[in-house]
Amino acid sequence: MDYLIRFVQMHESFRQAETDAIADLEGLQMQWLHYSADAPFAIIRFTGPTGETTSAARTLIARSILATSIHELWGTGPDYPTLHTSIRALTSAQWPAYQHTSFRFTIDSYHSSRPLASQHTLIESFAYMSFTGPIAMRNPANHFTVFEESRLDAPTPHRLYFGRLVGASGRKQALVKYNLKKRTYIATTSMDAELSLVTANLAQAAAGKLIYDPFMGTGSFPLACAHFGATVFGSDLDGRSIRGQGARSVKANFEQYATASNYLGGFVADLTNTPLRHTRTLDGIICDPPYGVREGLKVLGSTRVALKEVVYLSDGTPAHLGANYIPPKKGYRFERMLDDVLSFAAEGLVEGGRLCMWMPVAGAGEEAEYEIPRHPALRLVSECTQDFNKWSRRLLTYARCADGEVDADALLAYRARRSVLSEAEIGPEVKTTANNLNAFRKRYFEGFRERSAESRCD
Amino acid sequence: MKLLTLNFLTCARKTCKSLPAAFPLHPREAELEQVETDMNAALIKNILPRLEWDAMKTVTTELGLPNLPAETPAPEDLATADGEPSQTLKDLHVLLMDTAVVSGKLVCGNCGHEYAVKEGIANFLLPSHMV
Repeated sequence: MDYLIRFVQMHESFRQAETDAIADLEGLQMQWLHYSADAPFAIIRFTGPTGETTSAARTLIARSILATSIHELWGTGPDYPTLHTSIRALTSAQWPAYQHTSFRFTIDSYHSSRPLASQHTLIESFAYMSFTGPIAMRNPANHFTVFEESRLDAPTPHRLYFGRLVGASGRKQALVKYNLKKRTYIATTSMDAELSLVTANLAQAAAGKLIYDPFMGTGSFPLACAHFGATVFGSDLDGRSIRGQGARSVKANFEQYATASNYLGGFVADLTNTPLRHTRTLDGIICDPPYGVREGLKVLGSTRVALKEVVYLSDGTPAHLGANYIPPKKGYRFERMLDDVLSFAAEGLVEGGRLCMWMPVAGAGEEAEYEIPRHPALRLVSECTQDFNKWSRRLLTYARCADGEVDADALLAYRARRSVLSEAEIGPEVKTTANNLNAFRKRYFEGFRERSAESRCD
Repeated sequence: MKLLTLNFLTCARKTCKSLPAAFPLHPREAELEQVETDMNAALIKNILPRLEWDAMKTVTTELGLPNLPAETPAPEDLATADGEPSQTLKDLHVLLMDTAVVSGKLVCGNCGHEYAVKEGIANFLLPSHMV
């Protein structure tokens, strides 16, 4: 039997990627029979060797954030006569099994609505299935739904489905629980609950896995991964964001959600000078690098020549040994930071381990031109887009290839290119501004004006 | 930070990073705390083959904690015959997941640089002459 997944009609480009990631994590083989970004109903089929697909469907939906439920597909058609014929052909043999159990019917209309009287008439038209069990509006044994898909402002639906509810997702509970408004400790750039949890799904966070966030901030991603049972740790260049203030800290967030057992701790570090060993220990890396707009993009070091030597205080002690010493930081190229994340992931992830990385892009939708950062040892799994009016951000998910699959020549060439790049930047000290280092930041503060419009004004 | 984390960390300086002498970092004047956490057998089973066992032993000895077995415990030693967590697993859990460094220093065995740990958070930032 095929299944209908009821998605929410938002974050459309994340929906299939999330479901695919869960299927892959749970070892379920499935194919998409019908999917459209314009509608919340999708049809899938399990293609694995197991005959029992009900439990597969429940497993698939349980941890989904962008889908609300999954239904056995009992029939489909462009109009009601065809739908009824389809239901008779597909499921008439099964009707007796449901004859005496409690049940309920609902109508799920997308882009349209039906008055109550019309709903009743519609439900009565299914009377040929002759269910005689009690009708139960609460906790029915079987919940049947008529799905009507219409185009905006169209008088009648153009596609209909009929399904029996098999499983619901934990979306609602998770979103209520992780709502930022109720979180003990947040900051200006905390990722919202929904996208944090979706990102954790794409990273395939699960019990027994170890996941690291190199730009932890207030811990949104580690918290979401811990929700799915993963053990997490993170770091940030700014220790204040990890420590928080008084009772508000990253640790307090984990305590709020009763996942402190899954939190190994946070430390203050810079990804370009990370204390993590070059060894393949991580199952997942999940991060939202600072875009350089609200959070500055900095790394350790200084462009001032005087600071390349040990600095002594007036009493003769080296400044860096003081208890409250704060090391200098300098601006950094955004593209290089992304490359650093990829290199770090290639060295730190176990085979099949996943990297989920957000990046901002000037321009929204299909028009945006940007280059997806690549690494020979990482395979791009999915690319999801969240559009804002003039800019968008992308969630890029990569999987670490097996060593045998990595093209050795490509890896050598990649390393050579990177070392050339870093030498070019070490060269003569040029006065670098945040805008020069970060094209996205520059365009952001220019208001993403069209380049052609700009030249016309001139 | 939980003791498990120490097995992933070495000196942040690029000149030390790949040297065996820099790993593990040596805890000094370390104040430990023990907080009981939920048993996570799946994690320990998953992570055990990725640990540097000799570094684990060095750190536990330096912290004055009970000695670890000479070799990495085999996966079959983690559960008893009836599938319950074995004593080996429980001991490992207490050591890796329940024990945390609250304050003190982590010292590189190669360059001697000291990284401070305060309120359970280690600081690996380097002054610019070490970057």
